[in-house]
Amino acid sequence: MASEQTHSGNPKVDIEYRKKKSAEEMRYQIVSFSMMIFLTLVAFIAVGYGDFSAWFIVPFILLLAIVQVVFQLYYFMHMSHKGHEAPALFLYSGLLVGLITILTFMTIIWW
Amino acid sequence: MSTYAQKKGFGATVWDYLTTVDHKKIAILYLIAGGLFFVLGGLEAMFIRIQLAVPNNDFVSAGLYNEILTMHGTTMIFLAAMPLLFAFMNAIMPLQIGARDVAFPFVNALGFWLFFFGGIFLNLSWFLGGAPDAGWTSYASLSMASEGHGIDFYALGLQISGAGTLMGGINFLVTIINMRAPGMTYMRMPLFTWSTFVASALILFAFPPLTVGLFLLIFDRMFGSNFFDVANGGNTVIWEHLFWIFGHPEVYILVLPAFGIFSEIFATFSRKRLFGYSSMVFATVLIGFLGFMVWAHHMFTTGLGPIANAIFAVATMAIAVPTGIKIFNWLFTMWGGSIKFTTPMLYAVAFIPSFVGGGVTGVMLASAAADYQYHDSYFVVAHFHYVIVGGVVFGLLAATHFYWPKMFGTMLNETLGKITFWLFLIGFHLTFFIQHFLGLMGMPRRIFTFLPNQGLDAGNLISTVGAFFMAIATLILLYNIVVTSVKNEKVGNDPWEDGRTLEWAIPSPPPFYNFKQLPLVRGLDPLWIEKMEGKKTMTPAEPLGDIHMPNNSFTPFMISLGLFVAAFGALYREDYHWGVMVLIAGLGITLLSMFVRSVKDDHGFHIHKEDLLNDDDKGGKA
Ligand code: HEM
Ligand SMILES: [Cu+2]
Repeated sequence: MASEQTHSGNPKVDIEYRKKKSAEEMRYQIVSFSMMIFLTLVAFIAVGYGDFSAWFIVPFILLLAIVQVVFQLYYFMHMSHKGHEAPALFLYSGLLVGLITILTFMTIIWW
Repeated sequence: MSTYAQKKGFGATVWDYLTTVDHKKIAILYLIAGGLFFVLGGLEAMFIRIQLAVPNNDFVSAGLYNEILTMHGTTMIFLAAMPLLFAFMNAIMPLQIGARDVAFPFVNALGFWLFFFGGIFLNLSWFLGGAPDAGWTSYASLSMASEGHGIDFYALGLQISGAGTLMGGINFLVTIINMRAPGMTYMRMPLFTWSTFVASALILFAFPPLTVGLFLLIFDRMFGSNFFDVANGGNTVIWEHLFWIFGHPEVYILVLPAFGIFSEIFATFSRKRLFGYSSMVFATVLIGFLGFMVWAHHMFTTGLGPIANAIFAVATMAIAVPTGIKIFNWLFTMWGGSIKFTTPMLYAVAFIPSFVGGGVTGVMLASAAADYQYHDSYFVVAHFHYVIVGGVVFGLLAATHFYWPKMFGTMLNETLGKITFWLFLIGFHLTFFIQHFLGLMGMPRRIFTFLPNQGLDAGNLISTVGAFFMAIATLILLYNIVVTSVKNEKVGNDPWEDGRTLEWAIPSPPPFYNFKQLPLVRGLDPLWIEKMEGKKTMTPAEPLGDIHMPNNSFTPFMISLGLFVAAFGALYREDYHWGVMVLIAGLGITLLSMFVRSVKDDHGFHIHKEDLLNDDDKGGKA
């Protein structure tokens, strides 16, 4: 990204804008990164604490995992930015295929 | 430094192809390798038909028959049909969207070599103790019980070549999304490009389930796990699901590009815009989508229960709707057109009734209750050969004639082409039409012989005679190719004279950079639009400038070779003490090659503007 500025006809404006953008971007990354570490700790504690039943722990950890995936995709892999429509389309299609597979396996192989 | 015009020695040419990253040369590699496997699979088919020509035949033994049958199906689907389609996708799709290459030329080469080594590995099983013998579907209950290493060759070979296919698919997707020429919007893309796009998306989603299934099989057979071992709590039906979640989309991966090829041919030789372009695009995407919802129609008799069977039956029948839309659009394209019956057009016209035949039996099979009668009988064999030969193979043969001039700069002989067509058409219907009735009369599928006087004798003999017609047709096609190549009469940009899309605006074969200047696309069928305004070439969309090109590389070959070696290690790990070493050594070669690729900077090179200017004889103008 940064190298693009040098090719631009009007570097000054670009750099100003970029700097602000990057700073903002950086803040998001740090926040989500600390959130991810925190969530991981929570997951470990949930298991390590020992007093919760498996019926609570398993769905809870899965939920945390989903949140982590969202962070990963939207903050670290920039899915929230413009120009990511095609990757989003393919990710969600893949998700759909995967979910259908799980659904059929649950219903007609394992009940 | 226009070195590409020089004549090269034989060794240099071989080295050039071993290291090439040019999509047009990779296309030729796919064509040659796929063609060889097609001939091999064809030979296996002939052995099958010879064995079944008369009752109680002993041309081959029962065990060998199973191996031949398995290898025929596996080879034809994975090593012939798909690579041959990849050949045309590689050769034509980048030209159709006005690109200078695919998005990742290096990965393109890697995809080819993985496919090639996987295919070789699979076929070496013939010499190393026997080929796989559990059918191309390799159902776990059979394949877990199969002795020897045949199934291991199947699982490892397909794993390697499947990785190559997956890479190829992703590469095409990225190319189409990112590398379209100025003005080439999605809704201006030729249908062959559209169908390449949808087929690649299907590859992206369909191959991972196969990969998972194959890994489970590999672990069970070679590393002692119990996924499919019922005695230890495993379940063989899981394999069936995984295989068909891949397998049904796979049949659309095969047939959609063929649909695309025919769409181009119909429009070109009816000299008319394709009827209902947007509904064609819609139908292609819809077929791709529905293709994932229907896999259990291969498992109606497994005991899924009435609700599951009903859902999958209805979903399956729904696919007939978009397919029907396409059929009518092709018919309406011809309607009122000024039709030229060239060889590709003959295939296209013959494709319609042949494929509809396969579609009708498909809907019959999709009626779950009726399928209890048809399942695992020759009726199913007839069905899928009508769709695969009548659809895919006709499409490949049509494309061979249609795109040959673009790929090689010479025209295949039309008279020989038409002879091939008629022999193949007659042979095809002779072989497979009668099999519907053999099936209905009770002849089971995958049977190595049958008894006399049960009403099956005449039908089987007729079927075998038909197979010989197709074999002769193929030989004539090969003869045609040799004669054409020896004569080597070069043709111009637009040898069919009615080209509509971008590939016909540049020389045959195109220069290695394809387009000197990227063309400006002003609508669907861009070249046709220019022709209608009295121009012969496209309007350029950019000034003449330096062109950046990738360097050749031997690394893709080495990465694939490493996996090929490693596969032998995995296979013989339990038999010989050197197995583990070979496994490690092979993976080492692969990882080392990948490492070299990662650390070595390779920025490619530029073709300079001055050289492009001097290169007028080579054309390549947008
Ligand atoms: C209208 C569209 C189609 C329908 C409704 C349909 C339906 C079916 C059904 C229900 C079966 C399972 C039969 C059984 O095993 O009892 C089947 C098998 C098969 N179909 Fe289709 N089909 C359609 C199109 C296609 C196409 C386009 C292709 C390939 C280009 C294809 C290739 C196959 C193959 C290879 C098998 C046999 C697989 C095996 O058991 O080895 N079908 N089809
Ligand atoms: Cu199917």
